[in-house]
Amino acid sequence: MKSSIPAIVGKEIVHILRDKQSLFMVLTMPVLMLLLYGYAITLDMQRINIMVVDNSGTPQSRELIRHVSSTDFFRISKVDSGIHDINTLFQSRMAQCVLFIPGDYAESIISGRQADLQLVIDASDPNAASFIQNYMGKVTAEEMIRRNGTEAGLFSIEPRIFYNPDMRSAPFFIPGLIALILILISALLTSIAIVREKESGTMEQLLVSPVKPSQIIIGKVLPYTLLGFVDGLIILVLGSLLFDVPIQGSFLLVACMMLIYVVTGLSLGILVSTISQSQSVAMLAAITLTILPSMLMSGFIFPISSMPRAFQYFSRIVPATYFIEIIRGIVLKGNGIAQIYRQAAVLLGIDIFLITVSIRAFRIRLE
Amino acid sequence: MIEGKNMEERSAVDVDGLTRRFGDFIAVNGISFQVAKGEIFGFLGANGAGKTTTIRMLCGLLSPTGGSGRVAGFDISSEYEKIKERIGYMSQKFSLYEDLTVMENIEFYGGIYGLGRNEVIERSRELFAIIGLNEHADQLAASLPMGWKQRMALCASLLHDPDIIFLDEPTSGVDPVARRSFWLLIYQLAETGKTIFVTTHYMDEAEYCNRLAIMKRGEIIELSGPQELKKRYGVGSMQEVFLEAVREKKI
Repeated sequence: MKSSIPAIVGKEIVHILRDKQSLFMVLTMPVLMLLLYGYAITLDMQRINIMVVDNSGTPQSRELIRHVSSTDFFRISKVDSGIHDINTLFQSRMAQCVLFIPGDYAESIISGRQADLQLVIDASDPNAASFIQNYMGKVTAEEMIRRNGTEAGLFSIEPRIFYNPDMRSAPFFIPGLIALILILISALLTSIAIVREKESGTMEQLLVSPVKPSQIIIGKVLPYTLLGFVDGLIILVLGSLLFDVPIQGSFLLVACMMLIYVVTGLSLGILVSTISQSQSVAMLAAITLTILPSMLMSGFIFPISSMPRAFQYFSRIVPATYFIEIIRGIVLKGNGIAQIYRQAAVLLGIDIFLITVSIRAFRIRLE
Repeated sequence: MIEGKNMEERSAVDVDGLTRRFGDFIAVNGISFQVAKGEIFGFLGANGAGKTTTIRMLCGLLSPTGGSGRVAGFDISSEYEKIKERIGYMSQKFSLYEDLTVMENIEFYGGIYGLGRNEVIERSRELFAIIGLNEHADQLAASLPMGWKQRMALCASLLHDPDIIFLDEPTSGVDPVARRSFWLLIYQLAETGKTIFVTTHYMDEAEYCNRLAIMKRGEIIELSGPQELKKRYGVGSMQEVFLEAVREKKI
């Protein structure tokens, strides 16, 4: 007897092609998510409002102010002299930090003494505060070097930055974002595949036929693999071009890894669909099971190493953790198969596990 | 032993004390009956009498909680996978794909039963000639009237040439003219030697059956031929038989 899989695959393809509205959604939603998240999630800071209180009022102090204002990081909201109420300033959000230049600034510079600048920072956003502190340190150090030819101090660190020399956040976020979008879309694609047939009653007709659960599950996952893969390629290429994240490694390797990862999402979706009794439950479950762990516990934004121990263990069963390691490795560092085969093997293992559980969980008799 | 084997060969369906409970509710309560090969066997009863539950147990969709049964010679509790290859089933709700055309639906079900493409085309040509679906072959199922949808479902359930066909209220929601022609089809099928097991709540349809069982609250209260029943109750139609039987037999 012939296998039923080709018949199921063929039928699913007709379903997909005939439902133009859903197909349009499936192809555009990932792009929309990429754009929204891609532009919204950034740690690159620009145009921080800074107020300068210049009590020196000399060419030297004006030189410093010019230096500060020439960066993209700071935007000078006001230059003034005298004493100000810092609280009012921060509460009205006129500035996020205030730089005080002392009256004896010029004399100190000329005589080669240490000049005491004061920086007051609004740390209600601690992340921004530490950025401001670092950045101002860099600006003033540069100013010092420019004036004296050397930075005061015994040691100097000359950092060389690898893989992301400008330290932009896009090369870090975009691969992770692709991982997040891809697993969500893939899981959503199959999440209704089986439960829809339960709701419409067509499942009953399938169940009186000799078709096996494995044939139904595989026959349903196969056509969506292609669709999810196409989605993956679209956001990979778009993400790389729009956010200027060149792929250092092999494009083919990323594509292959993507195929494995898409199947992970699809298998998760099909498992949810197999267990669920209604389409709405299945979709909600697919969204929750993919977005939350992939966003919070995969190293997408927050480093896994700084999480509580229990979360670290949990992150090891989140598929996105492995795919993010893979895709960041290939895209940023130009990793080859030798550096990523372990993660790829784990993902493949998760695929097989989820498909097997789905087949086992599939009830061929009604309750 | 020899008798048992003969029994098995003669009857398409043989049920003994079949029971199905859902929690505290007993949907089917220890029913026993036989259906001979080639017979048109009717299953009558009000909604909720246990007809669909019985048919689902016979098709291997639902496991019985008590009693036993054999369909096409196979045990319904343990050999339901074998039963599936020998039976056709049409559920009371239209259960084919609305967004597929008639032919696509047919091809899909052919594929599910392991038929090759050429086999499906050949089989559907034969069946379309009897059932008359040719002119609608390329129409979407959703666009067909109920009567045609039911014919299409019948066609899909016959593709693999089953010995026994279970029809669960095949004519509900179908207009009287289409109902009549549907029953003519059923007769044609019975003539080819197929066993037909049909549930209905249209009493006029009961007249078409060779034998029938009337169910009430999970139990069979009458089991006989329509002529016999009418004679016994001294009435002229199955409608009256049914009303009398349901009123008299208190459970």
